[in-house]
Amino acid sequence: MSSIGTGYDLSASQFSPDGRVFQVEYAAKAVENSGTVIGLRGKDGVVFAVEKLVTSKLYEPGANKRIFHVDEHVGMAVAGLISDARQIVETARSEASNYRSQYGIPVPLKYLNERVSMYMHAYTLYSAVRPYGCSVVMGTWTEHDGPQMYMLDPSGVAFSYFGCAVGKAKQAAKTEIEKLKLADLTVKDLVKEAARIIYLVHDELKDKQFELELSWVSAATRGRHEMVPRSVAQDAESTARQALADIDDSDADDM
Amino acid sequence: MAFMGDIMNPAPLWQNGPSPGAFYNFPGNSSTFGPGNHSAQEFRAHSANPITTTTTVIGLKFDKGIVIAADTLGSYGSLARFRDCPRVMKVNDLILLGSGGDYADFQYLKDIIEQKIIDEKCVGDGLLLKPRSLYCWLTRVLYNKRSKMDPLWNNYIVAGIQDGEPFLGAVDKLGTAYEDAAIATGLGAYMATPLLREAVDKGNLDEETAKALVRKCMEVLFYRDARAFQRYQLGVVTAEGVVIDDVAEIKHDWTLAHMIHMK
Amino acid sequence: MAASVINTYADPSMPEWLSAPHSTGTSIMACEFNGGVVIGADSRTTTGAYIANRVTDKLTRITDHIYCCRSGSAADTQAMADIVTYHLNFHKMELGEEPLVQTAAAIFRELCYNYRDSLVAGILVAGWDKKKGGQIYSVPIGGMVQRQAVSIGGSGSSYVYGYVDANFKPNMSKEEAVKFVTNTLTLAMLRDGSSGGVVRLGVITESGVQRSVVLGDQLPKFYEG
Repeated sequence: MSSIGTGYDLSASQFSPDGRVFQVEYAAKAVENSGTVIGLRGKDGVVFAVEKLVTSKLYEPGANKRIFHVDEHVGMAVAGLISDARQIVETARSEASNYRSQYGIPVPLKYLNERVSMYMHAYTLYSAVRPYGCSVVMGTWTEHDGPQMYMLDPSGVAFSYFGCAVGKAKQAAKTEIEKLKLADLTVKDLVKEAARIIYLVHDELKDKQFELELSWVSAATRGRHEMVPRSVAQDAESTARQALADIDDSDADDM
Repeated sequence: MAFMGDIMNPAPLWQNGPSPGAFYNFPGNSSTFGPGNHSAQEFRAHSANPITTTTTVIGLKFDKGIVIAADTLGSYGSLARFRDCPRVMKVNDLILLGSGGDYADFQYLKDIIEQKIIDEKCVGDGLLLKPRSLYCWLTRVLYNKRSKMDPLWNNYIVAGIQDGEPFLGAVDKLGTAYEDAAIATGLGAYMATPLLREAVDKGNLDEETAKALVRKCMEVLFYRDARAFQRYQLGVVTAEGVVIDDVAEIKHDWTLAHMIHMK
Repeated sequence: MAASVINTYADPSMPEWLSAPHSTGTSIMACEFNGGVVIGADSRTTTGAYIANRVTDKLTRITDHIYCCRSGSAADTQAMADIVTYHLNFHKMELGEEPLVQTAAAIFRELCYNYRDSLVAGILVAGWDKKKGGQIYSVPIGGMVQRQAVSIGGSGSSYVYGYVDANFKPNMSKEEAVKFVTNTLTLAMLRDGSSGGVVRLGVITESGVQRSVVLGDQLPKFYEG
């Protein structure tokens, strides 16, 4: 950061002279410190994978989840401050529920994304609040529109993606994702790829422990967002570990 | 639609306008047309209302579960208006719900229950709503509505598996509730319950016998209930989960007509 | 369709507008065909036995691809159509695409259900959308909603249920469906004193709506003995 402080970074309601809102940029920093989250949109659905960093051995396995159900058909994976993210999840859930009760059909993801983005953006405008320190990825699959996925920033900006990554190792993850032929892959393949990428980009030296969280929403789950069944997840995880071991071996051979 | 209030408490229609017939409703005016002055009439207007109605629902307990059946006719007075009104719903893997009475009220409550189930899935702890909880919740909702003089005009039959045991209970439009091994609402209470109770008292009902008996009851009701229909849904809940069969059709038998000598 | 006359001063303790039954003199219909839906209605609006309007249009636009056929109180149903039109217009801007017929039906249902003790409205919501093509939703007085391949409503409908059941076929051509709707409404108008006048029609397909009218003296002829 070129000009830390100078008084313009204390409030989200003030620009700096060079036209920046520092509070929003700091919020983005909070996201960059988080475990990596990726979302992959294949031909028949969306897969989420999260590298959930476990900062203490005293935590129970499965605590502080980072993948959430928003509605029957919508899933959300979050990076950044977990408590901030949970509030975004709640907002999304009530938006989805309101839409259902008013219009009698599941909320279209495009619309849900706009509502949640608007909500996050509102927190970049006032001095009395701080922006949300989290990024979220939302995904769905419907019979009519196929798979859809959006990633949302603390600034309130959101884009639709084929593949996206956020968190610590987002650069490395994006490089890996770009190698995939996403439009040809099914969620079954993508779960393996997602697991592999998370294992690949995980930094063993800096962050010792992590849990891999996997979820999907696809034609095969009849448009329902579900956690990937344990057997499939374990399979993907062991393939990922094997792939990592193979790379290490070949590195050793090169030497 | 914020102007309509929330789902449990809709805002009054045209709440900020003049009340009908009282265009000069100045403060302190003791006009007899003011909305606060004919509450007795409003109460009457407010509770007389089943419009599109459905008839009997049947529930029968057997050794390992419950079977529920209801036909698919939505009557509009005596007009058989809607022939495809499914009213046996799967709530989750533990609960089946059947409804009789006003179909609009059922659709309203169904939407609320479905959202409850989604909320529960969102929590993601793997816990499921149990039949007794839904049964109790229904008594509260129905009793509250009737206390506002605006009842949900329905009979509900809750069937499910509670801690491994079959559960069967009924709630009516006043919030009155009871559990039994055999329940039938509407005209079915008169014509199906005796048949069901006879079988229950004999004991040792298995799934197939229970289903056959319920089908028999649907046939009897088709012959004797003027609001019944030949197409019906049949659902079963056991520890294995909930199954609602495709809509079945009653095979009628009219050979009885030959026993009447035509002169 | 009934336009009501109010005589507030007749008996102050029991005003006439509270006790008078709203009559629902109308014949309306909607029918799916292979490329969309045909909607139709008679054109009579009555105040008691007096015909207040003999060329009414009871087919009301909600969006370019969604119409409703109104029966019941003219005031109630017009107000409801205006409210739903407003909502769907807004919804269309938010969504960036044409609203679904089901969405329109859901809003009508919400109004009908929440205010069922105040409103007298029986509505057929019909239209075309890219998700499910031509659709018809019936929203009768109690505030339920049901999708139907063919639906009739209003007081005249009770006389022609049999005709509809006997003559409806799934997947008709546009011409067949238009003929079917015209015949049904004509028969209803002949037997229902509260229906009559001309038959107003609308054909809703992917390309929008085509409106037409069959004048009272050009209606198909049936047995009148």
